[in-house]
Amino acid sequence: MVPAEVFLTFILMLSIFLGFELINKVPATLHTPLMSGANAISGITLVGAVSLAGTGQQDLANWLGAGAVALASINVVGGYLVTDRMLAMFKKKEG
Amino acid sequence: MDTLIQFAYVVSAGLFIFGLKMLGSPATARRGNMVSSIGMLIAVVVALLDQGIVDYTYIVGGIIAGGIVGGSAARLVKMTSMPEMVALFNGFGGMASLLVGWAALSPMASTFTMITIVLSILIGGLTFTGSLIAYGKLSEVIDGKPVMFAGQQIVNSLIVLGVIGSAFMFVQNPTDPTYLYIVVGLALLFGIMAVIPIGGADMPVVISLLNSYSGLAACAAGFAINNNILIVAGSLVGASGIILTQIMCKAMNRSLSNVLFSGFGSAGGGGEKIEGEVKPISVEDAYYVLEAATTVAVIPGYGMAVAQAQHVVKELQLELESNGCEVVYGIHPVAGRMPGHMNVLLAEADVPYDLLLEMDEINPRMETVDVAIVIGANDVVNPAAREVESSPIYGMPVINVDMARTVFVLKRSMASGFAGIDNPLFFKDNTRMLFGDAKESIGGLVKEFG
Repeated sequence: MVPAEVFLTFILMLSIFLGFELINKVPATLHTPLMSGANAISGITLVGAVSLAGTGQQDLANWLGAGAVALASINVVGGYLVTDRMLAMFKKKEG
Repeated sequence: MDTLIQFAYVVSAGLFIFGLKMLGSPATARRGNMVSSIGMLIAVVVALLDQGIVDYTYIVGGIIAGGIVGGSAARLVKMTSMPEMVALFNGFGGMASLLVGWAALSPMASTFTMITIVLSILIGGLTFTGSLIAYGKLSEVIDGKPVMFAGQQIVNSLIVLGVIGSAFMFVQNPTDPTYLYIVVGLALLFGIMAVIPIGGADMPVVISLLNSYSGLAACAAGFAINNNILIVAGSLVGASGIILTQIMCKAMNRSLSNVLFSGFGSAGGGGEKIEGEVKPISVEDAYYVLEAATTVAVIPGYGMAVAQAQHVVKELQLELESNGCEVVYGIHPVAGRMPGHMNVLLAEADVPYDLLLEMDEINPRMETVDVAIVIGANDVVNPAAREVESSPIYGMPVINVDMARTVFVLKRSMASGFAGIDNPLFFKDNTRMLFGDAKESIGGLVKEFG
């Protein structure tokens, strides 16, 4: 059985290459929305935070988890909404 | 159940990838962002199904509180304040990863897990304070100039050594919280020290880099808690941030280490003194020149954002167009304070994005342009980058406005630009200075047309 660490590192390597390929050809016009959209994705920490915030034990880890949930939620909700607000403004010349 | 959760993560990873792909083209970008947000929604909902969760109070409370704060900030922020907003969101993401790494700490953790916990604390912490400093500089709460002091390199090297040492001790003694606190403290300190020597004009690089770090922090946190989706999403963000950073550095013809460590702009010029006379022009005379022009290129910079002039610029564009003139915009990759800053502002003013030309597109046709209007840009149009070998920005690709038949430079006064470098453009024969607030000057031109 291959240890979990190896699998995770494997995933890491492939995702980094995929990330490079995906972003390489983005036009300069979209740099800000791309950055803020990617920023929203980095709020994925929320997924890890919820399991730590919900242990029901009133210990340090639980409080740290709760803080992480709040901060990551700001990142996720704010990031997606602000990106959408920006992208809604981008228009092509009519006609 | 666990298998189901894992498969759901695969679906959301797919949606993230697809969403990022769609963000690469203006026509599909908005849908791409939605696709990616659906991926996030799926990931969060299935994470809530985790059987380890017994108490939802803090989770729901945290999500609601964070959602309200993030949502209202996103709704209320002005487009001109976008760089600091992005920096702030970035910082919160970094802090969240630090907390997750910390909370994942357990006496049973393997050395590998311990290392990843330390990494998520380190990267998360420096992303947090680094972003806060960037936020402060961008919103001008603190001075945007580079902060340099004697022995700075030594202090920073000591911090790095301290981080490595305390991290090593912490991994060896996971039960002793002292080392943990030292690691957290040094990570936070390092973020501050890393960003204070960087000047305002280099902020596009810093923001992209911090964006990358916030992804890498999430990625490290993913290793710490064995979660695939954190690793995939985090490394996608990390990679995209690094690419943006590279694009920004290339646009300034400087290496990343030069941007990060040189304290650019603190030296205060250093090039030869420029001889010549500035020739001011009145709004009325500028109008006569523009009325006769058949092609006009507008080159905006950070000054347009400060003066909030994007809407009057659009009005001027309409007036010129109805006068039979062709108007394009030339956007330098590092104009403004974040990648694509000018594009967002002009989009807000309803300027179609196909009129915005990148540097490589506008430069070859500059000689056919009758009037180039420079609004609040300085370094990105500085011909010293081509001509003066001793200039600190020599070799940086710039928009060659001085090749146009006439150049109007809209400027508040004769102060040097953000990078503190003299600009020979102001002294060229074909340059006319239109002094005053950019918004008022352009408003005056629009009135002359009307």
